[in-house]
Amino acid sequence: MSDFQTTNPVIKWIEYRLPVFSFLDHAVGTKYPTAKNLSYWWNFGSLAGLALVIMIVTGIFLAMQYTAHVDYAFDSVERIMRDVNYGWMLRYIHMNGGSFFFIVVYIHIFRGLYYGSYKAPRELLWMIGVVILLVMMATAFMGYVLPWGQMSFWGAKVITNLFSAIPLIGEDIVIWLWGGFSVDNPTLNRFFSLHYLLPFVLVGMVVIHIWALHQFGSNNPLGIETKGPQDSIPFHPYYTVKDLFGMGVFMIAFTAVVFFMPNAMGEAINYQEADPLVTPAHIVPEWYFLPYYAILRSVTFDIWFLSAKLIGVILMFASILILLVLPWLDRSPVRSSKFRPVHKQLFWIFVADCILLGWVGANPAEPPYLYIGQAGTAYYFAHFLIILPLLSVLERPRPLPNSISEPVLKGGGTAMGATAKPMEKA
Amino acid sequence: MKRVVAGVLSAAILAFGTQTMAAEDKALPDFKWSFDGIFGQFDRPALQRGFQVYREVCSACHSLRLIAFRDLADLGYDVEQIKAFAAEATVVDGPDDEGEMFEREGRPSDRIPSPFPNAKAAAAANGGSTPPDLSLMAKARPHGPSYIRALLSDGYEDAPAGFEILEGQSYNAYFPGNRIAMAPPLGDDAVEYQDGTEASVDRMAADVAHFLMWTAEPKLEQRKQTGIKVVLFLLVLTGILYAIKRKVWADLH
Repeated sequence: MSDFQTTNPVIKWIEYRLPVFSFLDHAVGTKYPTAKNLSYWWNFGSLAGLALVIMIVTGIFLAMQYTAHVDYAFDSVERIMRDVNYGWMLRYIHMNGGSFFFIVVYIHIFRGLYYGSYKAPRELLWMIGVVILLVMMATAFMGYVLPWGQMSFWGAKVITNLFSAIPLIGEDIVIWLWGGFSVDNPTLNRFFSLHYLLPFVLVGMVVIHIWALHQFGSNNPLGIETKGPQDSIPFHPYYTVKDLFGMGVFMIAFTAVVFFMPNAMGEAINYQEADPLVTPAHIVPEWYFLPYYAILRSVTFDIWFLSAKLIGVILMFASILILLVLPWLDRSPVRSSKFRPVHKQLFWIFVADCILLGWVGANPAEPPYLYIGQAGTAYYFAHFLIILPLLSVLERPRPLPNSISEPVLKGGGTAMGATAKPMEKA
Repeated sequence: MKRVVAGVLSAAILAFGTQTMAAEDKALPDFKWSFDGIFGQFDRPALQRGFQVYREVCSACHSLRLIAFRDLADLGYDVEQIKAFAAEATVVDGPDDEGEMFEREGRPSDRIPSPFPNAKAAAAANGGSTPPDLSLMAKARPHGPSYIRALLSDGYEDAPAGFEILEGQSYNAYFPGNRIAMAPPLGDDAVEYQDGTEASVDRMAADVAHFLMWTAEPKLEQRKQTGIKVVLFLLVLTGILYAIKRKVWADLH
């Protein structure tokens, strides 16, 4: 790290004692060459980081005013909304920040799926990302319980009850999770504690995620490695400024929702305080959990000793965990769907299937939604377990360009050159 | 369908049945409100009229426990008027130096007192149904203000033939399940508006719905005004960032 050059005596003095400047240079500067053709789809990683910071900062300030007790939680949130200076702003930022965090993370994941970012040598980077998603979902679920509205309570009850499907010990596990015989004050207290803890676990995992990213650098829209200095540019200033511009666009969309339609993505009934004796007419999770909720409810038949409920729970968790082994299900040597004509179409069908499952999740578990949900669930798993492995063998990818800087190649090269150019310019 | 998921889930699914039934209800009218849109503001006279309807009609049964008298300054009342409103209320305070609870006149810092000491007492006085607190009602129902206005104005109808209505219930076209324990609360001239507006049922329903949007979202105006400044600032900032991005990347092409 002694290769860092500067003439500034102050920076020299600090650098000698604490090599923070060479560290930064390696992390985001000239020592971190990045493919020069990253499109705007590559902005969503930094946007997820921004969303995490926004959530942690607003969350810390909200926690100063929040009371984690079943008798006071709802009123303490309303006090934040009414009497705390700018409390309404903090609360609406935090509330909608969760939704926007999921929006950018889902786009980030689908970008990885489309461009094959999970393939060698970036399997661990991808797998750490899947674990980040799981921790994020747990954090979001527990955070939604804290305002102690009707949907907070009943959502918590439905989801924690899922663990009762585990044979023999399921009922005991649920009582252990609740800290009692129902969702009650001990449940609220531990959810608050964990909801404060897990974001910092997320920060740690994001550091590891970025560490793994820096080993080989970002994938790119062509899905081929950089082959020399002509293919890459220093991360700073090129991608720092591009990420900053992306953050500006993100903040415009985010603040427009926070200030003009802050309750659009929430359930109205959560403005009614939790009542263990009154079940809401329509228990639904937040929108970002709807596809998994559809998968959970799609199983209506027992198989041998496995109850329908247990299979539903297993499938729901499997729908995320299957991403962990994706690098070994898709064996195609070509990363980017630009050069995989069949995969490109199947990717969009898969996206449509996820949206379809989300729509089913928002509707009652009865015909016709039930059958659509079952078909959607079957297709979801078929995509990973049947289609992708078969495609690895059957698909004939188009020829890959020689390098990022000279992508013009006979056979489809022109079309690709045409799409690559505006990406760099934009 | 019973086997989908046990326990709570099946209760939820059972309830979906009622949801489907509610789908056959009358469609909610698309009322226009002065607080709609990004420049939306409350209409002060409507808020004051709505507060009057709440005070003279709704408050007999419904609490408004999240609102303090001092909050009414938002409605355009001055300090003396607010003190007068508060003074009409009797508040239990204490314990005093002898350890006794005592009653005193309300002060602006007091919350608006609830008509019943607790939910059980409220249910006992209302045929078994607790009149819900109204502080957040306009946000706790989809399209809350329009729902409240429609429910109060033209929701009450004769039940369709064969639709069973129990003693003490009314038929309401907008209420989920259509069986509502609240008898039609408004009649023409149920209040005499201080500003001389004609107190038709629809006017009163609209005014009280407007007022309840304020009780649910008192910072609505501050939020929207701040939002315009924030978004304008971000548009300029993002425009500058885009220009910088173009300049930085220019040497690559």
